[in-house]
Amino acid sequence: MTDTTDSTGTDWRRVGLYAVLVLLVVFYLLPLWTGLMTSIKIDALSTAPFLPPAPSGFTAIHWTRAAHALAGGLVNSLILAIPGTILSALLGSMAAYGLTTLEWRYQIPVLVLFIAGIFIPYQAVLIPVSKFWAVYLPLGQYGAAVGIPKWLGDLTGLIITHVAYGIPICTLLFRTYYKDFSDEMVEAARLDGATTHRIYRRIILPLSVPMFAVTLIYQFTQIWNDLLFALVIVGPGKGAPVTVPLAQLGASLSDVGFGIRMAGAFVAALPTIIVYVLFGDQFAEGVST
Amino acid sequence: MREKLATLARTLFRRRRARTDGGEATANPSGGFLSDQFVSSLPYWLPAFLIMGLAVYGAIFWNFLLSLTDFQQFGNPDYGHLDLGMYAKAFGDQVFLGALQNTFALLVSFTLCCLVVGLLIAILVDQKIRYENTFRTIYLLPMALSFVVTAQFWLWMYNKQNGVVNIILGAFGLGPYEWIGNPALVLGAVVFALIWQFSGYAMVVYLAGLRAIPTEQFEAARVDGATTLRMYWRVIIPQLKGATISASVVLMVFALKAFDFLYSLSGSYYPPKVGHPRDDDGPAGVQRRPPRVRGGDRHHAVRARARHHRTLSRLPIPGR
Repeated sequence: MTDTTDSTGTDWRRVGLYAVLVLLVVFYLLPLWTGLMTSIKIDALSTAPFLPPAPSGFTAIHWTRAAHALAGGLVNSLILAIPGTILSALLGSMAAYGLTTLEWRYQIPVLVLFIAGIFIPYQAVLIPVSKFWAVYLPLGQYGAAVGIPKWLGDLTGLIITHVAYGIPICTLLFRTYYKDFSDEMVEAARLDGATTHRIYRRIILPLSVPMFAVTLIYQFTQIWNDLLFALVIVGPGKGAPVTVPLAQLGASLSDVGFGIRMAGAFVAALPTIIVYVLFGDQFAEGVST
Repeated sequence: MREKLATLARTLFRRRRARTDGGEATANPSGGFLSDQFVSSLPYWLPAFLIMGLAVYGAIFWNFLLSLTDFQQFGNPDYGHLDLGMYAKAFGDQVFLGALQNTFALLVSFTLCCLVVGLLIAILVDQKIRYENTFRTIYLLPMALSFVVTAQFWLWMYNKQNGVVNIILGAFGLGPYEWIGNPALVLGAVVFALIWQFSGYAMVVYLAGLRAIPTEQFEAARVDGATTLRMYWRVIIPQLKGATISASVVLMVFALKAFDFLYSLSGSYYPPKVGHPRDDDGPAGVQRRPPRVRGGDRHHAVRARARHHRTLSRLPIPGR
């Protein structure tokens, strides 16, 4: 795809290519870099935003303050994202098994119904969802009646909501993967007398590990990053996931608040950044499906 | 995703054909509706289907039903009188129409720019470069971040006195501009930030598309003496139609999710919960501004109708 000639002209083209690629790196990292530098300055305005602070101007106070302010939110987000991610991946894997590996006549229309669910914007269901949890199934109040804190009940509602809207994409990811499994393998197991359940437990599930990695990573990022459902179903307060207090952090201050805002943004993004750095390839696979 | 849908359609078609020309005997290992396979598959997909069906299709239907009532924020909707009154009200409302216009402008400009930027970067990354994975990982990084997080970064980037954007423009003798506060500039500023966040996604999709094109086609175009520009324009880009469609659908969904981003740019207003007054366990010092919308007659049903378009209701309305 490239010129393979060795003329000097080609060399310059390569140099230009790498120069553009590096400029793009600067473009994509500049907001993050600026944020990082601002978060460790005592005075956000002491140097240009993208320059590191002078040695005497360094501080960790924004980070400790932000971590303190967001600690509760981080815990809530973990309580939310971990079960939500595992449940939607598991349900997606099971649905894909029932609709792909097992064959029956009208499975394709059912599958189409699943996949269409991927494209629902959350705004389209906002009022029914919030009314459902507030009026028809107020888990928070039920919980409070038996001594479970109200916020935990509300958070459970949020988990179920995220699982429900995560099922379509998880099913599609697993379906793509299971379609390439050989029929002979499953058929052979069936001839040996393996039940449907046994085939799933002993053959399909162990083979799904790479796809589980992709799905778990994608879904974790989605649930962790959501603000809209968190805002409407749980709202601010004890049960709020980290995105809710983050949107608020430092808003009452003006320029002075940018240090803590930037630090807060990093604190809230840390789990997703760690996951992304460790499993970037799986993330890319998840989004490009 | 486009490919997947196409495969689905093909499978569907193939099955029909098999049934018509193959007859019952050949083959359908699947059998009829009440075959063993169907019954034993139920425990696997039915629970997921019920949860998803209730959440997606149930909620959409309910939302539609609510939009036909005169339901207000509190109390119970009266399903006895269904009419399109709220639609008429929504489309007669300047705020709603302005928001609709803004949403549309954002949707179109964001999706198109993302596709173009993503394609250009994908072509650059496809030139057999070194450290390809590193470059790709960096370009895709913003997409892994929450809208709330990226909004914080861009709020600082766009700061009038000290933001990086104005510093860079200042080096060319321009500005400083008030990006977020100025109605004429804010939509463009938001679109630019969103392109920053999601062009990496378009790049990954296009890269996969480019990789799927056989190398011979690149070579054949070369042998025919086509210039690089011409080769891409005439031979390669037309073959990326599938990637373009799949990327634009997903980008449009992201554009509608941009509510999180816009809310975080300005947000310190918390909505009351539907159905009962909000409980007062908010953190101390949280400001609770009233909603910006005018008047006390904001029916909830109007919002049910307007929900797609509310995303941008805080943005200015061009030409008003």
